[in-house]
Amino acid sequence: MSHKSDQGQGRSTSTSASTSASTSAAALDTGAFKRRSGAAAASNRLFDIFVWAAGICIILFILGLLFMLLRKGLPMLTWDFLTGLPSEIEEGGGIGPALFNSFYILFLSLAISIPLGMAAGIYLAEFAPDNRFIGFIRICVEGLSSVPSIIFGLFGISLFVDMFHLDLTILGGAVSLAFLNLPMLTRVTEESLRAVPPELKNASLALGSTHLQTIVRTLIPVASSGIVTGICLTAGRAFGESAVIILTAGVTTSGSLWDFNLLSPGETLAVHLWYVQSEAIVPDAGDIAQKATAVLIAVVLLINLTFRVPLWIRARNMKR
Amino acid sequence: MQGTALIEIDRLNLFYGTFQALKQVSLQIPQRAITAFIGPSGCGKSTLLRTLNRMNDMIPGARVEGSIEIGGTDIYSGDVHVETLRKKVGMVFQQPNPFPKSIYDNVAYGPRLHGITKRRELDEIVESSLRSAALWGEVKDHLKRSALSLSGGQQQRLCIARALAVGPDILLMDEATSALDPISTLKIEELAQELKDRYTIVMVTHNMHQAARVSQQTVFFLNGEVVEYSDTEKLFSDPTDRRTEDYISGRFG
Repeated sequence: MSHKSDQGQGRSTSTSASTSASTSAAALDTGAFKRRSGAAAASNRLFDIFVWAAGICIILFILGLLFMLLRKGLPMLTWDFLTGLPSEIEEGGGIGPALFNSFYILFLSLAISIPLGMAAGIYLAEFAPDNRFIGFIRICVEGLSSVPSIIFGLFGISLFVDMFHLDLTILGGAVSLAFLNLPMLTRVTEESLRAVPPELKNASLALGSTHLQTIVRTLIPVASSGIVTGICLTAGRAFGESAVIILTAGVTTSGSLWDFNLLSPGETLAVHLWYVQSEAIVPDAGDIAQKATAVLIAVVLLINLTFRVPLWIRARNMKR
Repeated sequence: MQGTALIEIDRLNLFYGTFQALKQVSLQIPQRAITAFIGPSGCGKSTLLRTLNRMNDMIPGARVEGSIEIGGTDIYSGDVHVETLRKKVGMVFQQPNPFPKSIYDNVAYGPRLHGITKRRELDEIVESSLRSAALWGEVKDHLKRSALSLSGGQQQRLCIARALAVGPDILLMDEATSALDPISTLKIEELAQELKDRYTIVMVTHNMHQAARVSQQTVFFLNGEVVEYSDTEKLFSDPTDRRTEDYISGRFG
């Protein structure tokens, strides 16, 4: 809102400046408004060209990659493939249980990591004192968010398999995946909350709200676009995660499609993709991989769309 | 000095860490009138304003000595809840700061905080607050629109409506017109004139002419101290302190 009024003022001053300029134009050197030339102008133009070219290259690269990945798999997709059971030896195996496990583990891991990660982010942004210890914690969180996922997988093994003697399970996979997500979600929440203009926080507090009310009714709604974007990225990454799942949930499924048992082995789609490409002996392994890839990409895109479209609509409504 | 004193400030010291921002400030602010705080930048006028609704509490290292009584209650004593204090002492800020919500939800924000949920009750509060802030006529047909679609001056009046909606006795205005164009400023000044019959208004302004135009009492600050305070007319026409005279005649500041 302050931006808007600033712009408005900027515009009005610039128009008044230009009218005064035109009335006194006769007095000015007529060459004064000619295009600038020389090194500054040339390098500016070069930079424009470079940025445009780089942008177009990246977009073409991404579109090309998407096209190549989806070209073979997408036309071959059938309902039977999406819901069918995988086969070990014969052709025509499906990805039903793996697809189900992907969603199930993703849901469980987000159910654990979103509340914890957001709570930690809220703590760091709103409650934590500004001292060295908290600074250290913040560095740790940032460090953890760039730790290779296989480390979390190994941690999951030693926790669930070695300590609790649980074997490879959906539970172990989901919790380990939640650990992987936690630092990202914490950071995104903290940063989004910090980006909320302090004027809005003051406005809320000055109306007699408690700290909690201010957080729930003003800070989180205003920060929600950043937080949801972060959740989308995390969810997309978690959906495609393989190292953690291979180590903690295994490369097999229980063999039935709707298996909610937390202690079943929980191979996910991404792991299945790795498995058919590297270990499986089915003759149509290549096709399965192509199709599974298409499904994986489609689901990640779908997750982003379903979460972000409501935000776009809200942002558009708020601009009017 | 007209009216009875509503706010009594007695030997108030305020520190930010080791820096003393207010020194032995004592003054009375009368009820149902406009009191203006003037003085050069960094003189402590905004700081004092923010102690009146304890917005300084949030600044780490801020410490207060002395007392501020509102209606006979020391607002810094242990049994005063800062939320109920702020309900009675509303505030309007320098930059219009509506929430990125609809006009209606902006005004209803405060009442909802304090537990009002019935639609009809909220409707009434929203309408009466917007009327009090002289904005109802302009927005009554699109209360659902985003508050950010309003002009700067309208946004500031919306912020006044939002502050009035929780039923305060006192309205603090912290340079509330300094980000606005002259016409919007005039509207806010007229509005303040109307509101002073029902509310006690304390405004900080860097604009001496504004203080002279709208206030009944003026307080002049310098380096964290109150140099002089009296009826606005007297302070501007016949100041007792040499420094006040220098400031209002434009010799510094």
